[in-house]
Amino acid sequence: MSSALVNVPPRARRGEVIEIKTLISHPMETGYRRNQLGARIPRDIIRLFVCTYNGTEVFRAELHPAIAANPFLVFSTVATESGTIAFQWTGDNGLSATESAAIVVD
Amino acid sequence: MSGHGARLLGASALTLLAWTASAGEIPPAERRSGYDFMSRETRAMQDDDTVNPGMLGVLEGGTLWARKTGTAGRACADCHGDGRASMKGVAARYPAFDAALKRPVNLEQRINLCRTERQQAPALAYESRELLALTAFVARQSRGVPIDVAVDARTKPFIDNGRAAFYRRQGQLNLACSQCHDENWGKRLAGNAIPQAHPTGYPVYRLEWQSLGSLQRRLRNCLVGIRAESYEYGAPELVELELFLMWRARGMTIETPAVRP
Repeated sequence: MSSALVNVPPRARRGEVIEIKTLISHPMETGYRRNQLGARIPRDIIRLFVCTYNGTEVFRAELHPAIAANPFLVFSTVATESGTIAFQWTGDNGLSATESAAIVVD
Repeated sequence: MSGHGARLLGASALTLLAWTASAGEIPPAERRSGYDFMSRETRAMQDDDTVNPGMLGVLEGGTLWARKTGTAGRACADCHGDGRASMKGVAARYPAFDAALKRPVNLEQRINLCRTERQQAPALAYESRELLALTAFVARQSRGVPIDVAVDARTKPFIDNGRAAFYRRQGQLNLACSQCHDENWGKRLAGNAIPQAHPTGYPVYRLEWQSLGSLQRRLRNCLVGIRAESYEYGAPELVELELFLMWRARGMTIETPAVRP
């Protein structure tokens, strides 16, 4: 169960550079740690994050072990048209979480 | 020779006097939240709810608040309504005296009492994700509310026990809580600022833990740090210490979910 917080400005002027912030709850277990019995704790990380703006990919990030739990990503894009900005996180153990936000451009 | 001895005695008496003066409690005007000792970046993380990772716990707690559970098939919301309104100021009054148990209980214990008695559900484990989330959701509603634990004939003995524990030297390092947090706050311990130990933002998102954690987790960490044997989660000694710390921070405002380094 993953919950995500995304912050997209609700309105922007055409051509304006907007900042997008995303935060998702995830343990980002590295796969290198061992439990008290010495058994390896299996890796459980988010491997890929993709952001699309009305279907067009505007940002992509590959994640690796050693990235802290609850990854927080901030990036920017240019506000071109009104529509939907969608976010997808995929990773180990069949993780696929999605979130979206609407933006009005004028 | 005797003059020299008297001078020595005078000097040590002076030292003793200075020590007792500095060993007193922090005056109200000088009390500072752990927030004030943090870097600019960590403060920014706490201040923005869309950046603060503790808000993920609050979000999850809000979901759990509305979910029916236990054999009674009741959700928190079925009795308490909208938690955002009904839980305002509650965390600022905890630990609070429980008449049936005849002792103070903290917020986590209160939530578990509600679960076992009203919802007929099993108690949640300390530091479990669900219990931290529910506690964070409840405590979040008190953000900005001044801490105001009850001080009366019923709670007084427990506050006194907590105070005694705070000033008692313990562990292999033979340290009392007060030696760091009353007498040496603002200085550095292995590169980290020593805060005054006011529990204003629990459960906190601690960067070192990479998760939310309760005040008891923090207290147990400190006890291990001074090489003392720590109490079990939920132990009366820890609740008494929590109560004393909340009394000591009376009037300071709740920041939950706080971020700490």
